[in-house]
Amino acid sequence: MSTPQSVVAPVIHGSLTRSRPDVIGGIFSVILLLSLLFSLAVLGILISDQLSRGMPVFAERGVDFLTSSLSSNPAKAGVLQGLIGTALLAVMVALFAFPIGILTAVYLEEYASANLLTRFIDINIRNLAGVPSVVYGLLGLAIFVAAFSTLGIGNGRNIITGGLTLAVLILPLVIITSAEAIRAVPNALREGGYGLGASRWQVVRGLVLPSAVPGILTGTVLSLSRALGETAPLIVAGAVLGSFSNGGSIGELFGGSYTALPVIVYDWARKPQDEFRALTSAAIIVLLVVTFLANAFAIILRNRYDRRW
Amino acid sequence: MSAIPGAIGPSLQGSPQRRRNELAVRAVLTAAAVVSVFISAGIVVSLIFEAITFVTQIEIADLFAAGWFPRRGMFSIPTVLAGTLIVTGIAMLIATPIGLLSAIYLSEYAAPRTRSIVKPILEILAGIPSVVLGFFALVWIGPNIVQAFFGAPTPFSLAAAGIGVGILAIPLVASVSEDAMRAVPSGLREASYGLGARRLTTSIRVVVPAAISGIVAALILAVSRAIGETMVVAVAAGATGGSLFTTDPFGQGTTLTAAMAALATGSDQVVGDGAAFLSLFFLGFVLFVMTMALNVIGDVFVRRTRQRY
Repeated sequence: MSTPQSVVAPVIHGSLTRSRPDVIGGIFSVILLLSLLFSLAVLGILISDQLSRGMPVFAERGVDFLTSSLSSNPAKAGVLQGLIGTALLAVMVALFAFPIGILTAVYLEEYASANLLTRFIDINIRNLAGVPSVVYGLLGLAIFVAAFSTLGIGNGRNIITGGLTLAVLILPLVIITSAEAIRAVPNALREGGYGLGASRWQVVRGLVLPSAVPGILTGTVLSLSRALGETAPLIVAGAVLGSFSNGGSIGELFGGSYTALPVIVYDWARKPQDEFRALTSAAIIVLLVVTFLANAFAIILRNRYDRRW
Repeated sequence: MSAIPGAIGPSLQGSPQRRRNELAVRAVLTAAAVVSVFISAGIVVSLIFEAITFVTQIEIADLFAAGWFPRRGMFSIPTVLAGTLIVTGIAMLIATPIGLLSAIYLSEYAAPRTRSIVKPILEILAGIPSVVLGFFALVWIGPNIVQAFFGAPTPFSLAAAGIGVGILAIPLVASVSEDAMRAVPSGLREASYGLGARRLTTSIRVVVPAAISGIVAALILAVSRAIGETMVVAVAAGATGGSLFTTDPFGQGTTLTAAMAALATGSDQVVGDGAAFLSLFFLGFVLFVMTMALNVIGDVFVRRTRQRY
C-alpha cells in the first residue's frame, strides 16, 4: 500500500501547488474593472463638462441667474419660474402620491387576503411601473387637463394637472418601495401586538408603520427626486416652453402657465444660440444640485432612522 | 363545553365600535389600492379611444408615407419604428456588455467594501435626469464620439442618442442581473471551486448560466426602457420637424418617443382635434403596447429565477 501512495502524492502535491500564472483570469478581472470604470468615467466627464460650460454663467451673474424670470434675451434669462414650479410640483406630488401610495402598500402587505383581486392589483402596479413616462403625459392630457378645462379652470394646462400627472407617474414606485419596507418588519412585532389584544389597525398604526418609517421615507423621497427630473410627461401635459409671465397672485400661480427646471433645460437645449448653450448647462447644474440634495436627504433619513432586526 | 366557545367568540370580536373602526379603515385602504386600477384603466381607455379616432380620420396609406411629417398628413409608422430600432440597438450594444460585466464584478469579484463604494456610482448614474443626458449626448457625445470617429455630418444623430440611452440603461442591466447572480446559491460556487475551477470559470460557466433567466429579464427590461426613453432622443437625435424614412444611424432621425415630444412642443403646440394632435395618442398607444409586451415577458423571466432557488 505504501508504494503507490508515495508515487501519487508528489504528483498531486505538484499539481495543487503549481504556480502557473492565470493570465486569462487576470485579463478578465481587468476587463470587469474597466467596465465599471466606464460608468465612473461617463459620470465624471458629464459633470465636469457641464460645470465647465455652466460655471461662467454663475461667475458672471451670480444669484441673478436664480432670481430672474425666463426671457428670450440670454443676458437676462433666469430659472426662477423653474425653481418655483419644481418646488410646487414637489409639494403636490408629495400630497397626492405619498398618502395613496403608502395606504395601498399597507393594504397589500397587511390587509389583503391572497385572492384574485389582490393578485390583479399587484400585477397591475408592477406593469404600471414599466409604462414609459411620456405615456403618463398622455394620461394627464386626456384626463386631468381635459377635466380641468371642462370645469372652466383656464385651459387646464396648470401646475395642478402637472402635479397630478407626476404623482400618478411615481405612485407605483412609492407603492413598491413602501411595501418592501413594510414587509421587512419582523412578524414577531405583529404577533406581540395581537397577543396584547390590539386590533389590526392598532398593530399597523402603533407597531408596523413606525418601524417601517425609515424605509418608507427613503423610498418616497427617492421617488420624489425621480419625479423632479421628469420632463416628457410635463411637456406632453402642457408645461409652457418659452417665456411667460405670471401675475404673481395665488390664482395665477396655480391656474396659469407653469414650467419646471427640467422643462427649462429642454427648452434652452433646443435653442441654437451659443449663449443659451451656456445657460442650459447652468440650469443643468441647478437641476443636478436639486436632485442630489433630495437624494442626500433620503440617505441621511435612512442612516438616521435605520434599524437592524 | 359548547357554551365556552359561544361566550369567547363574541368577546374576541371586540366591541361593535371597534369592529366599525376596523371596517372603515379597511374600506379606506381598499379605496387607495383601487386607485392604481383606475390609473391603468384611464391609460388604456384614453389611448385606445383617441388612437381609434386617429385611424378613422386618416387614410391607411398615410401610415406608410415616405416619412414622418404629421403636419403634412404623412404618418409613416415604419419611419418612427426604424428610428426606435436603431436607437434601441445602439443602446443595447452599450448597455449589455458594460451592464453585465459590471454585474459580474459586483456579484462575484468585489469585496463587500469595494462594493459599497462602487454601487453608489451606478445609483448616481441612474438618478441623472434623462434630459441632462440628452444635452450631454448632443454637446459631448455627438461631436467627440460620433462625429470624430464615425464622420457624422452634425452633432445631432440617432447614434449619439442611442449611446446616451445606452448609458441610462447600464444601471438597470447591472442591478437586475446582479440581483439574479447573487440569488445563485453559494453551494454551486463552492462545488465549482472544489473541483478546482478558478474564479473566471466559476463566474462564466456556473454562475451566469444559473442566473440566465434573470439576465435575460434584465436585458428585456432594458430594451423596454430604451424604447420608452424620450428626452435623450428628443434633444440629441435632431429631425424635430419630421424625418424621411432612414436607416442611417449617423444621420438625424426620429423615433416613436421623439416624434411624441416634437408633437407636444411644435411651433403651434398641439391643440384641437387635428389628425396631428391625435397622432400623439396613436404613437403613445403603439409605444404602450410594445413596452407592455416586453415588461410582461421580462416579468415571467424574473419570476422564473425566483422560483428556481
